[in-house]
Amino acid sequence: MIKITNGRLIDPANDLDTITDLYLDLGVVTAIGAQPAEFDDTTATTIDASGKIVCPGLIDLSVHLREPGYTHKASIASETKAAASAGITTVVCPPTTKPVIDSTAVAELIQDRANACGKAKVLPVGALSLDLQGEKLAPMSALANSGCIAFSNARATIGNSQALLRCLEYAATHDFLVIFNPQDNSLVANGVLHEGSTSTNMGLTGIPEAAETIEVARSLILIEQSGVRAHFGQLSCERSISMITQARSKGLPVTADVAIAHFFFTDENAKGFNSMFHLQPPLRSQLDRAGLLNALVTGEIQAICSDHQPHEEAAKHAPFAATEAGISGLETLLPLGLQLVEQGLIDLPQLIEKLTCAPAKILNIAAGSLAVGDSADITIFDQNHRWLLEHDSLVSAGKNTPLIGSELTGRVTHTLLAGHLVYSL
Amino acid sequence: MPSSNHNVDFLLLQMTESLRKLLIDKQISDPLFIGIRSGGIWIAEKLHANLQINEPLGTLDISFYRDDFTRIGLDPKVQPSKLPSSTQQRHIILVDDVIKTGRTIRAALNELFDYGRPASVTLVALLDLGCRELPISADITGSCLSLNTDQHIKLIGPEPLELKITQRPGSE
Amino acid sequence: MIESIDHNSSQLNASGQLKHFLTTEDLSATLLNEILDTANSFLDMSSQQVKKVPLLRGKTVVNLFFEPSTRTSSTFELAAKRLSADVLNLNISSSSTSKGESLKDTLMTLEAMHADMFVVRHPDSGAAHFIANQVTPNIAVINAGDGRHAHPTQAMLDMLTIKRCKGGFSGLVVAIVGDILHSRVARSQIHALRTLGVAEIRVIAPKTLIPKDIESMGVKVYTDMQQGIKDCDVVGMLRLQKERMNSALLPSESEFFKLYGLDSEKLKLAKPDAIVMHPGPINRGVEIESAVADGPQSTILQQVTNGIAVRMAVMSMAISGQLNSSVQRQYQ
Repeated sequence: MIKITNGRLIDPANDLDTITDLYLDLGVVTAIGAQPAEFDDTTATTIDASGKIVCPGLIDLSVHLREPGYTHKASIASETKAAASAGITTVVCPPTTKPVIDSTAVAELIQDRANACGKAKVLPVGALSLDLQGEKLAPMSALANSGCIAFSNARATIGNSQALLRCLEYAATHDFLVIFNPQDNSLVANGVLHEGSTSTNMGLTGIPEAAETIEVARSLILIEQSGVRAHFGQLSCERSISMITQARSKGLPVTADVAIAHFFFTDENAKGFNSMFHLQPPLRSQLDRAGLLNALVTGEIQAICSDHQPHEEAAKHAPFAATEAGISGLETLLPLGLQLVEQGLIDLPQLIEKLTCAPAKILNIAAGSLAVGDSADITIFDQNHRWLLEHDSLVSAGKNTPLIGSELTGRVTHTLLAGHLVYSL
Repeated sequence: MPSSNHNVDFLLLQMTESLRKLLIDKQISDPLFIGIRSGGIWIAEKLHANLQINEPLGTLDISFYRDDFTRIGLDPKVQPSKLPSSTQQRHIILVDDVIKTGRTIRAALNELFDYGRPASVTLVALLDLGCRELPISADITGSCLSLNTDQHIKLIGPEPLELKITQRPGSE
Repeated sequence: MIESIDHNSSQLNASGQLKHFLTTEDLSATLLNEILDTANSFLDMSSQQVKKVPLLRGKTVVNLFFEPSTRTSSTFELAAKRLSADVLNLNISSSSTSKGESLKDTLMTLEAMHADMFVVRHPDSGAAHFIANQVTPNIAVINAGDGRHAHPTQAMLDMLTIKRCKGGFSGLVVAIVGDILHSRVARSQIHALRTLGVAEIRVIAPKTLIPKDIESMGVKVYTDMQQGIKDCDVVGMLRLQKERMNSALLPSESEFFKLYGLDSEKLKLAKPDAIVMHPGPINRGVEIESAVADGPQSTILQQVTNGIAVRMAVMSMAISGQLNSSVQRQYQ
């Protein structure tokens, strides 16, 4: 039995924003406000949340756990621990492990390891095609039975439109969600930075916006034709969002998320060849960043994720083009989100919605809500706590973030997963 | 020390006479004058004119030969050295404004030898400030002078030539 | 709190002198002119019997080439030797060091040999910056070409050629012709020309060879050579790599030559006293006609001579800038 007292409970799923007490027992919320009769004060643990925010545990739509296959970068143990420290209770893991998540064995292995660690719930995304090769269908139904929450071919875009259409039709047959990371790889070629004045000046091979937008356009047409449930993950171009918004206004039920770094940085941050700003999709222009922020404000972007990609030191330690793409983002997701609130772009309940019930709704899972009877996945944070992000204090095995050395505001003090305290500051 | 004792024009006249005598003694009929940038060039120009020598003057910039490069680096105002003709088997009159440690002359001699093997080198300096750190001495000097450690002398030129002593604070 | 994150490795020391030479971008006109003036002094040295100065005596220069280039490597070697430095030439196939750690290992090994300077050629843009950030302080890094990013000594030898032929930069119209997209030379030339204050910089190429938004670097884009070359004072030709034909950037060498190759007819459109530059080696009949390459307006051989002097200048300036800059400069 746990009692969380005097916190400001923000639960957008239930339209709650009030200072109250929360009672948990047997892994679920048993009461809000008044103490239930059966609650035994003498054996209960009390967490004093005065001055803090209490909200549903965060749901991160893209977290590369690196296990199996890339454990020199990170592991399920290290990254779920990092997630817990960042207030993230549910992580969605893309199929790009080695081997890829195209067999029930891999899907189950990931979940078994995560359960053994007990720090965060891991929801694997199954491969849409076998080995992400874009040729044969992955056993989606079996994978779904083994816990795969959605299907995706990640950035190994299926170039053959007929093959892609068949994948989508098959997913639609079972009403599976398909996640798109739109990218035309022939236009990406060996590009490493947004194609524009910065890439030109630095002599880096550019990735044109068309590499993303052309694939968004093609995908939208095939989504419409197949009737599949679809979500676009980690978009980088303003134009992509507007195409998706347009499709939605015509009744196509598609959603989109953006990785939080894209709200803060642009291609210009890479000047000086700082490989920490080597991302995929690349950081785009100032105009794109402004467009993404605008779409965030207008609600055209439903969810925000970390697109967490931990790397070993050496992966970022080379000339820019030879480095691997990605930011270690779990632990800065909430602080950066709070900065969007601080900047007045969205309010705190809206931020929490985009980190909790909105992703839950996209995934169609019972999470991101703290109504009585819901699983007690809870994050408690102090939104005014100022702290320095340091290399050694990062919990993630990936230290690859440009924010090391920065002062951040807002810090998680407690994380509960199904009623168990999995992190406290 | 009043600078009137160091009237440059007067010293130059004395030096011209000494040099004329020396050239006769050494039986040098076609000396090649080379001035060390920048004060040495001005002095060399005067002597050159006084002795009515037609062959153009050579100039040396010793920046690339300094022994203190590793300590103080490269002079950003470095200019090309210009020698009018081959120095091979020539009698060279090397001219500088001031001789002190002898290190500049060492550098100048090194550079000179990279242009060829001269028959002889005669060193002329307007002022000898003592304080030698190398076994080098001038054949002809205008005057000798000893300065306090906080004093610094500079030849102002090219027209008129004037010696200026300044006090300076701190170390070199 | 997050806006100020920038990670630029400076090529200048605290007193504003060169300590590395990585790019011509962001260097002042004063400094660029200092390089040119110093180079000029080295040029005159060729009249010496002993064509060598003792400036870098006892220093070790390592030519670290991750991409083959006999020409650039040998001019750097000659420049270092004329400064009396000891030179070690290392050609490392970049495939064996594609991972950062092994590149770092290579650097550490060389540092243990007490190298004082690395001259670096690498196929990746930004490699020279990366190496400059990696090496221990007091080792100077000279960029001898990194990917498509920069080739600052080539650009500066071109600047020296222009200055010696034209007397200066103001009022000049300079055209750069050819494969701008892949050219580190063009990028370094553009930065230097802008800083030195030419009147106009033009780039001339088909759209497939013009990188996006290059106008932001302060150039005018021409896709028609006849228009672009009109009334130019300087025509800088770029080398065209044969691979470009295979990657759907150009249909054929002969079509490229017809449209963008410099022949006597096209050169007539430039000013009568225009000079023609080329970084070499020349593909005769692809970028430039033999008659033009060997003609009176060509400065191609001067460029080679100037290249040694410019490399001597930046090498001695960078070593100088690595020395304790707190020591006051003192002259007699």
